[in-house]
Formats: sequence, structure tokens, C-alpha cells
Amino acid sequence: MKTFILGAAALALTAGMAFGADTIRMGTEGAYPPFNFINDKGEIDGFERKLGDELCKRAELTCEWVKNDWDSIIPNLVSSNYDTIMAGMSITPEREKVIAFTQNYIPPADSAYVALKADANLKGNIAAQTSTIQAGHVAETGGTLLEFATADETVAAVRNGEADAVFADKEFLQKIVDESKGELTFVGEPVALGGGVGMGLRQSDTDLKATFDKAITSMKCDGSLDKLIIEYFGEKSKVFGEEGKQGC
Amino acid sequence: MFASCADPKALEGISWLVCYLTTGKHLLFFVSFGTVLLLLAVTAPIALALGFGGAMATRSGFAPLRWLGRIYTAMTRGVPDIVFFLFVPIALDQGLEYLRHRIKCPDWTEPVRKGSDFVVCPAAKLPLSSAPEWEHQVYAFALAVVAFAIVFGAFAANVIHGAMNAVPKAQLETADAYGMSPRQTFRRILVPQMWVYALPGLTNLWMILIKATPLLFVLGIEDIVYWARELGGSKTTGASAYPHGDWRVYYFLVLLCFYLGMTRLSELVFARLYRRLSHGQATLAGEQLRKATT
Repeated sequence: MKTFILGAAALALTAGMAFGADTIRMGTEGAYPPFNFINDKGEIDGFERKLGDELCKRAELTCEWVKNDWDSIIPNLVSSNYDTIMAGMSITPEREKVIAFTQNYIPPADSAYVALKADANLKGNIAAQTSTIQAGHVAETGGTLLEFATADETVAAVRNGEADAVFADKEFLQKIVDESKGELTFVGEPVALGGGVGMGLRQSDTDLKATFDKAITSMKCDGSLDKLIIEYFGEKSKVFGEEGKQGC
Repeated sequence: MFASCADPKALEGISWLVCYLTTGKHLLFFVSFGTVLLLLAVTAPIALALGFGGAMATRSGFAPLRWLGRIYTAMTRGVPDIVFFLFVPIALDQGLEYLRHRIKCPDWTEPVRKGSDFVVCPAAKLPLSSAPEWEHQVYAFALAVVAFAIVFGAFAANVIHGAMNAVPKAQLETADAYGMSPRQTFRRILVPQMWVYALPGLTNLWMILIKATPLLFVLGIEDIVYWARELGGSKTTGASAYPHGDWRVYYFLVLLCFYLGMTRLSELVFARLYRRLSHGQATLAGEQLRKATT
């Protein structure tokens, strides 16, 4: 009888815990439109917000969004302040040493240089956001790297002449160039970097990774992910297409 | 906020500005001024109390307590603030979660540290993952208050310790001669007189505390500097219904005025306080006050 009561208590306890664990806290930067940004209402918005909410719906999870600045976004994930990162973070071997990634939800995309003049010196002072693959690329290719905490500041540095050019995701820069009334222009050839954008998770969270991988696969299979990419990044952006439907 | 703001593209001039300044985002910006003031209002008394305790500990006749007081002030004053602000909340958070983990989940077999991951059982999370966002905010704010209070408490301890030593020895000897116990001397003679010596140093600390509030964002709390940077950054049409260029300079100008205003206000308050504390004191300021009244 005693063991039965204990067993029932343990069952109730684990059930309660499972219920508590159902809220997944989703970390993002909120400063990288159109991937993620803070809208006029002060809420987190953008491609990743919409995608993340849809993934949570498919995985039947309750999700809550959390804002965290880019610098400390990985340390705060591994110390369990939130459970996932969806912040336009490219999958790279360096990051995979510390955190795990789901399969990519944006295919490997181009990074590009933007400057005030078409003949800007791409080996000069190049602005990039701290701890991004673009910053790593600038350091490797011989330009003088100027690092900034947010993506917005990198563009501002080009506008005020502090940097010769900014190097960032093409999707991020596109709208800024389009709306600059000719002030800013793309320079040089786009560079393909990284293994696409994926959702970052703790390496020990293998169940959650499997859950989100499944949800991303289902969105690749029914084409809704491609549709969402086109909605936020435009007709010309790279999509998964038929390649993404393999193994459906 | 207003019905007329439904279509920002059609607006111009003042009405555009009114709508722009009353977006939900801007309201959060205005609220964050309250956050900063609240932090100051909560931290200052706690830091002062810690400082008082630290100063008493360093004067204690009981050696271990004295060592504790000395270690506290020396360590905290010697470590850069930013390191401390990064270390204390994380260490405190993980320490508390670990304690709760040991109490609430004794059957948990997996290690808490796996590689770089720190994972406690869901029931031990602080606050729980399922808790509403405001609880997380309040918790982060409380950690910030603790970090600020520990750092500024150490500096305050040093100031108060110095002020206690500055009280003329003759005063204490006289108290002794009147037959007061050490405790009575401390309470009735030393403490009332030391404030006037401590005040200039404490004023400095208060000013530094005001300026240190932007460190809040390091701790994940959205303070005025975060919002100024976020709101001032250039906005494209996709991200906002009110696209604009780089307006950070205007937002930082507002912050400049806020901080200067706070400084001026503090100066006025401290000047009055100093005058009040100087009454009847054996200091130059006290002497001048006495002469002015007679």
C-alpha cells in the first residue's frame, strides 16, 4: 500500500513537472529586421516570431518570447534563462561546439557589402556586428574589422563615414538600401557564408531539438516555410524548394 | 493610442509626431524612466545599510567579523564594476536554482552541469518557465538590486568607516568620562556626528550610482539607454509604421537632460541635507551656522 501511494505521488509529481516544462522560452535579439525586431507596439515581431509561433503550434508547445542582447545570447541559453535562440543565427562549427542547432529554417544565404560609393575599398574599415559570421569573414579576408553591438549601428557607421562599408546578411541590408534613396549601394559580389540559419538549443536538450526538427520538416514539406520566407524576404530570396521536400 | 493614428502615412507635422511619440514602444520607453528611478530608490537605502554594516564590521573588536568587513570592502572595491555585474546575478541565480534543485528534485539523477550547459529540474527553475513574463522581469530586477547594493555598499562602507574615524576623539573620550557604555557612545555620540563627514563621500557615490544605471541592460532589464538606442536606430518601412533615419542623437539628448536634471536635483537636496547635518557640529560649516544665528 505504501509503495502504491509513493508511486502515485511520484507519478503526480512527474506529471506536474512535465506540465511545467511545456512552456518553452524563446530567446531572440529583437534588433535585426526583418528576421526579428520590436514593432511599434513594443512586441517582438518579424519572420522568426511568425515562424517560431507556427513551429510551437505544430509541436503543441506553449511558447513565450524573451528579448536578450546579441552579445550574451548564447551564455544565457546555456545557463537556462531561456530554451531556444531564434535570432538569425547561422549554423557554424564554432557555435556547434557550445550549442546545438536544429536543421536550418533559412537556406545558406548571401552576405553582402554596402557602402556610400560604388568604388568603396572593401579592404578598408569594414563594419560588422560582434560575434557574427560576417565579423569572422572580414577578419579573415584582410579588411579592418569595426565591431558593433547591434546591426543598426553598423549601418550608421557607414552613413557617418566611420566605416568604408558594412558587411551583413543581404536580407537585412536589402530594405535599408532600397529605402536609402540612392545614398547606399551594394558593392562587390555577395558572399555565401555559413550553413543557413537554424534554431539554437542547449546540447543536452535532445528531445526539444527532435521536436523542433520535426516541426521544421513538416513546414518544409508542405511548402509553408518557403511561403513565409518569400513573404518576409521578397520574391528573389533563396528558398528550400524541391530540395527541402526530400524525405517527406 | 489615438484613433487618428490608425494610418500614420497620412499624417504630417505635429500630429505625426504625437502619434509617433505615443506608440506602445514609446510608452515602454517612458515606463523605463520609472524603472531607473525605482532602482535608485530601492538600491540606495539597501547599499547604505550594507555600508553601515560593513563599516561597523571593520571596526568590530571581534576579529573574524573585522576580517569579513575588510574582505568585503577590499574585494568589491577592487573588482571592476562590469565584472561584478556580470558575475553576481549569474552566480546568485545559478546558486539559488541549484539549492532549489537539491531540495525539490532529490530523485534527479542527471548532472546539473553538462558541458557548458546548466540544467536544473523544471520545478527548480527561478522563476518557473511557465511563470508570466512580469515575474521574470521582477526577478531580474531583484538580482540587479542585489548586485548594485553589494558594489555600492562596499564603497559606502569605506566612506562611513572613514567618517567614523573623523569624529574628534575628544568627543568619544568625554562620552566615556560621563560613564556611557561603548554601545551608548556609538549610538549617541559617534553616529550622529559622523554623518556630516560621510556626506560628501556618499554624495559622490549617489552620483556614480545614477550614472551606473545603464548597466541594467547588461543584466537584461530594458532601461532608458536600451530604449533610446532601440527607438533612435533607423527604421525601415517593414519594421515600423513610422520609418525614420538615425535619430539616436535626439534620444540621447533627452537622456542627457534627464541625467543632468537628476544631478541638479541631487545637488539641491544634498546641499540642504548638509546644512541640516552641520547644525551644532564642531566643524567649519557648523561654526559658520552658529555665527550666522547669533
